[in-house]
Amino acid sequence: MYWRESMRQMNSIGIESIPIVAVVALFIGAVTAVQFAYQVQDFAVPMYYIGFIVRDSMIIEMAPTITCMILAGKVGSNMASELGNMRITEQIDALEIMGVNTSSYLVGTKLVAGLITIPMLIILAALLGIVGGLLAVVLSDLMPLGVYERGLHLFFVPFNVKMMMIKGFVFAFILSTVACYHGYHVKGGAIQIGEASTKAVVHSNILILLSDYVIAEILL
Amino acid sequence: MIEVKNIKKHFGDKKVLKGISTVFEAGKANLIIGTSGSGKTVFMKCLVGLLEPNDGAILYDGENFSQMTKKERKSIRRKIGMLFQGSALFDSMTVEENVLFPLNMFTDWSTKEKMDRVNFCLERVNLVGANDKYPGEISGGMMKRVGIARSIVLNPKYLFCDEPNSGLDPQTSLLIDELLTDITKEYNITTIINTHDMNSVMGMGEKVVFLHQGYKDWEGSNKDILQSKNQLLNDFIFASDFLKALRKGIDNVG
Amino acid sequence: MLKQMISVPESAYMYWKETVRQMNHIGVGSLIIIGIISFFTGAVTAVQFAYQLSGSYFPPYLLGFVIRDSMIIELAPTLSCLVLAGKVGSNMASELGTMRISEQIDALEVMGVNSTAYLVAPKIFAALIIVPPLIIISAFLGVYGGLLAAVNYGIAQEMFEKGLLYMFDPFNVVIMLVKAYVFAFLIATVSCYQGFYVKGGALDIGKASTRAVVFSSILVVLFDYLIAVVMT
Repeated sequence: MYWRESMRQMNSIGIESIPIVAVVALFIGAVTAVQFAYQVQDFAVPMYYIGFIVRDSMIIEMAPTITCMILAGKVGSNMASELGNMRITEQIDALEIMGVNTSSYLVGTKLVAGLITIPMLIILAALLGIVGGLLAVVLSDLMPLGVYERGLHLFFVPFNVKMMMIKGFVFAFILSTVACYHGYHVKGGAIQIGEASTKAVVHSNILILLSDYVIAEILL
Repeated sequence: MIEVKNIKKHFGDKKVLKGISTVFEAGKANLIIGTSGSGKTVFMKCLVGLLEPNDGAILYDGENFSQMTKKERKSIRRKIGMLFQGSALFDSMTVEENVLFPLNMFTDWSTKEKMDRVNFCLERVNLVGANDKYPGEISGGMMKRVGIARSIVLNPKYLFCDEPNSGLDPQTSLLIDELLTDITKEYNITTIINTHDMNSVMGMGEKVVFLHQGYKDWEGSNKDILQSKNQLLNDFIFASDFLKALRKGIDNVG
Repeated sequence: MLKQMISVPESAYMYWKETVRQMNHIGVGSLIIIGIISFFTGAVTAVQFAYQLSGSYFPPYLLGFVIRDSMIIELAPTLSCLVLAGKVGSNMASELGTMRISEQIDALEVMGVNSTAYLVAPKIFAALIIVPPLIIISAFLGVYGGLLAAVNYGIAQEMFEKGLLYMFDPFNVVIMLVKAYVFAFLIATVSCYQGFYVKGGALDIGKASTRAVVFSSILVVLFDYLIAVVMT
């Protein structure tokens, strides 16, 4: 039962978020490339630096943070409103009476699903962000493909990938628990579900950025 | 007075109203009854123009509502009050602001005039001292009263009520029914009520229209119901064993 | 939906009152989250950029310059609006969705109020008025957060400040404001649309509010790219 519910959650958190994560990552990568090119146009910075900057920005910051903020808006608000709806329509009470441990059945499975799928989504986001940067650079004729690729290989530090994964797990944990907490403890009616889902988004966004800074401080 | 002529409404292939004609008179409580899915709600939504009927005409005191321009419709709507099933109070406003809303929107009265009218209407529905409460803080019966106060604040000529008793206990239902009947008489309003509450039908139904599968199956007054030999109507009204026994008793006495 | 909005308001006062209520709702309600987020975004950008550049030949004062420009061009408008899409967008959608499901919108229609104009227009206006100032605050707080983090990281404050004043291009502020107005409009219209046309029950309100967040986030980054391409 628990495994099946986790699979269902992995589908709704992971698979259904692929399109938005992909689109956002592509455009963030593209914007980073275009705007970095614009910012440094007055300096004697070699063009291939763009590849390097896009790669590192995506891995260290953009892929984990922006993806998780978007997921807080999509997955977090979804979890909160799903649990909130179950609470006010007394479905949670019904499970309790059947003797089901609702916090592990409803919340635990979401947390596990979040911890498994969100880091994978972040890896996808990092890769697609780099592709987005590449497309933007090639499409706007800023430089040939080869030059961008040369930048991609420049100063690669594997430790950054580790940092991305640490952020991925921490953020996944934050957004699942915060969202479930707000949804699980809804009281009232439809309006309160809306409030809970907004609170879920706001609080997870704040905590994500706060821990983003703390992780950067500790690891760098 | 509202005349309905051969109203038809379908959603895609699904025919919901299959040609209904009737007359709702002023100063009377007109009841529309029928099982769930008989088309009551769609019928009422067509009457107020929330849905467009596919065929037929609706005449508000002789004026054809179906053929009006947007502007003419608006002027008719100022004369319509409606009480919704869940009361449909604006949650962001207090009880007082809810009742005040139509006045603020459509009149240029002074603040004092508006407040007098609001307090008058709230007193009329026996709701005093709840002015500053929000809809989330009051009971279902109180919400209905606020809904009624809001729908009569502009002195409507027509009052529509969509299942005014749903979710209320029998006693509160009775009070709401009495209130609606009194207001109808007092201001000579054409009141149209959707209901499946048998107490309301027998208590206030001076005119009852029985809908069945999109047709008007029967119409008459609550007194006629007892005499009616219409099988569908009898099955609907006297659904429970208790009521069937009661009906038998009445027949035997009669 | 936008076409239906253009009509003569019944009572201008009521529309103004609703607009002010929405401005309060969007602006004051979002100030704290935007403040915190911008502050930490600036701080993170500073720490990470300092780290990224530690192996290369950039002079340290460039940090201030990079933080200032990143905040103004990209982070303040885009990140703030992504957060606002999550907060304000989902809020608008669920507010309108609740009004639709509980027949409050029908109640307005029966009264003869143009419900699209009364409910949607004030939200769009309020967003257009209040979001740009939020973005400006966000940019300032981000730079401030970057400054504190940089000092904490071991870069002299004078160095950072030198970078802040280095090669300032006012046109970047124009880009920021263009983004702010475009994003504000996108978030408000998308979210109102999703909420206004909800059908069903409480669960569908939740779905509409999630859709509002998803679609406005996607449109925000899409237009972010388009504006970047057109204006830079």
